[in-house]
Amino acid sequence: MDRRKSIKSLLLGGVATGLAVHGCKPKDDVNINNVERLDEFKYNYGRTPKEKQQIEALEAKQFFNTHEMETLAVLCDLILPANDKFGSATDAKVPAFIEFMAKDFPDMKVTLRGGLMWLDHTANTKFGSEFKILNESQQKQILDTIAFINTKVHISKQPLEIQFFALIRNLTLTGYYTTKMGIEDLGYKGNQPNVWDGVPDDVLAQHGVAYDEDWLAKCIDQSKRNITAEWDDKGNLLT
Amino acid sequence: MQIRESSTLYDVIIVGSGAGGGMATKQLADAGLKVAVVEAGPFFDPKDPEQMTQMKWPWESPRRGANSVRPMGDFDMAYGGWEIEGEPYTHKDDTKFKWFRSHMLGGRTNHWGRISLRFGPKDFKHKDVDGFGDNWPIGYEDVKPYYDKVDKLIGVFGTNEGLPNDPDGFFLPPPKPRLHELFYIKGARKSNVPVIPSRMSMLTKRINSERGVCFYCGQCGRSCSVYADFSSGSCLIFPAQKNGGQIDLFINSVVREVTTDEEGKATGVSYINKDDRKEYKLKSKIVVLAASACSSARILLNSKSKQHPNGLGNSSNLVGKYLHDSTGSSRAGFIPGLMNRKTSYNEDGVGGLHVYSPWWGDNSKLDFPRGYHIELWGGMGMPSYGFAFNVNEFNKFFGLKVGGYGNSLRDDVKKYYGAVVGLAGRGESIARVDNYCEIDPTTVDQFGIPVLRFHYKWSDFERNQAKHMHQTFEEIIQNMGGEPLGSTPTKEQDYGLLEPGRVIHEVGTTRMGNDSKKSVTNEFQQLHDVDNVFIVDAGPFVSQADKNCTWTILALSWRTSDYIIDQLKKQNI
Repeated sequence: MDRRKSIKSLLLGGVATGLAVHGCKPKDDVNINNVERLDEFKYNYGRTPKEKQQIEALEAKQFFNTHEMETLAVLCDLILPANDKFGSATDAKVPAFIEFMAKDFPDMKVTLRGGLMWLDHTANTKFGSEFKILNESQQKQILDTIAFINTKVHISKQPLEIQFFALIRNLTLTGYYTTKMGIEDLGYKGNQPNVWDGVPDDVLAQHGVAYDEDWLAKCIDQSKRNITAEWDDKGNLLT
Repeated sequence: MQIRESSTLYDVIIVGSGAGGGMATKQLADAGLKVAVVEAGPFFDPKDPEQMTQMKWPWESPRRGANSVRPMGDFDMAYGGWEIEGEPYTHKDDTKFKWFRSHMLGGRTNHWGRISLRFGPKDFKHKDVDGFGDNWPIGYEDVKPYYDKVDKLIGVFGTNEGLPNDPDGFFLPPPKPRLHELFYIKGARKSNVPVIPSRMSMLTKRINSERGVCFYCGQCGRSCSVYADFSSGSCLIFPAQKNGGQIDLFINSVVREVTTDEEGKATGVSYINKDDRKEYKLKSKIVVLAASACSSARILLNSKSKQHPNGLGNSSNLVGKYLHDSTGSSRAGFIPGLMNRKTSYNEDGVGGLHVYSPWWGDNSKLDFPRGYHIELWGGMGMPSYGFAFNVNEFNKFFGLKVGGYGNSLRDDVKKYYGAVVGLAGRGESIARVDNYCEIDPTTVDQFGIPVLRFHYKWSDFERNQAKHMHQTFEEIIQNMGGEPLGSTPTKEQDYGLLEPGRVIHEVGTTRMGNDSKKSVTNEFQQLHDVDNVFIVDAGPFVSQADKNCTWTILALSWRTSDYIIDQLKKQNI
């Protein structure tokens, strides 16, 4: 597989690859949004009719062109490549998420698009080719010049390319960690019914804190949570 | 266009279905009265799968929960926000006020923080303590029986601590503190700031067979599908309906004005149906306004007639005056002791805080007269839009490079996950006659109803209080072994004090009192000028203590409802 094909398959992800990629050269007429939609992303989360229409209207538009989407895919995967346990940013459909967010927060559009142009301009100047088809070492040479932040200066006062990369990194990580894969990678255990009964002992020990016995004595005895509350006249719980 | 008039004569029309309207609905319908509830927004039931956001995952939102549409995020359960298309509000003299409206059955109770604090004895008579503002015409002893009843009917967890101005109640047991809260307890106590279990209206224990028990998803802002948190629809209005109450719900109905007769008594309301954009009238013996402090003031001011040329109930010229919000400021801190956390367990807990700090200071020794309490957030929350932004920014505290790319970022995410806490102060401001809302004579909304214009300025009392908040926050964060994030807000930044309105505790626009020249309602929240109109939102508050307003709205609405029932029996109204 040549690099262009791998870009396209990264971009489209496993499920959609068979539908859209037939040759080594990417087709320009691929509608990225349509092939991106997986069962995981159904947007069935209590929208009002007006909110549904807003989402549909945003999805009907395409902001980034195919070249920009492909560049984004390369860039996002440099920021978050796969490791031995979890997939990469494109496996988590991050470019499609960034496409949506650019339309949802239009203030980001110029920084994103301008930054992608900066990447290509720099790539052309330094290596005589577009960013997305440089080899990884060349790509990293460019990123190394913009990937680090001077924490003493507010981000808005730093050069555009640095702001751009900080924004792309933010969107890439947030886009990844808000997917099923990202949450599994993170290890977050919530968003499911639970009976909270305090911090486990090993965690208390790790962080060097302990519960106060007096405090614990006031807390809910979870074995009685389903017994209906009754009080005496003074507000002492009897049950 | 002909105004269509219903032939039904209701005993009571209740305008608005939030905390105050919900409680009045429950009490008055339970007493057998025929009630119409008029709500500006749609029907809402937190267990309706078409409306529900609870237990959804971030990827179910294409914006992953970002706040581009709903201002508190895509999963927040408030239909509305700081700005509503077609329903503007304006400002006078370049002053600032932000007005949050939620138009739906249950109103803002569907997404609120559920911090359910009683006012204390001092809070009703604070003028006696420091000479500022005014005393309430009632005291804690008048409201206490109603607070007790609200605790038992709705359910609130907390602990009886015997504090002088943070009264005990009928509490369900609180949940145990989470890890970051244990750090806070240590840090705050080192500064002699007291910490006690929080007091919030989620059911940690069963209170009846109709409502479920909290299952600790931490998503009360999405409104609970098993009704384990207090929302007005699920906990007051639906039970009143099930109880056989004669309740007609008018949804998507925007009240324009209270109608009156030749004697100046209220006869009902006129409203615009949002669906057909036509105006309708409803008739009743009594009108109860519960549209929110500012919306109820707007309705009164727009209810002009020959008998009430200055607006209904406004002979004092005080409707809209004494508008005040809680003060607020917050600060985040990075706590190295909370780094490298095990994610082996689910610590969602209840939505919000398991512990808090009630006001501890002696204002006679400070340069601001009223106190504030401290709220707290933190923990290993569910990721949503914004998660892992500035992923390794805290590297700067260790002399490491910030930024970069590659798989090391995964390690950074995990290293810092759950290592940030936030402290927020919520304080009392002084009610002033020159902070107000009024009708803007130049602007109407899409229903042709004149809109509100706000005029609001903070004073040095509030600014000094915010300054004190940040000093306290910084000290506590340092005591937790942490670094306060951002810089200390300066005088030019009002010491970090939020714009008025931002805390969404706006009260005082129809304040109660014994003197009809200095107040709009009496102690039973009945208009001095018109005896069959009552206000049961936070408009009648004389002062908004450093407590949140909802529990007091509920208690006073119940008290007013009892008074209405009693007065009807005696045929006084």
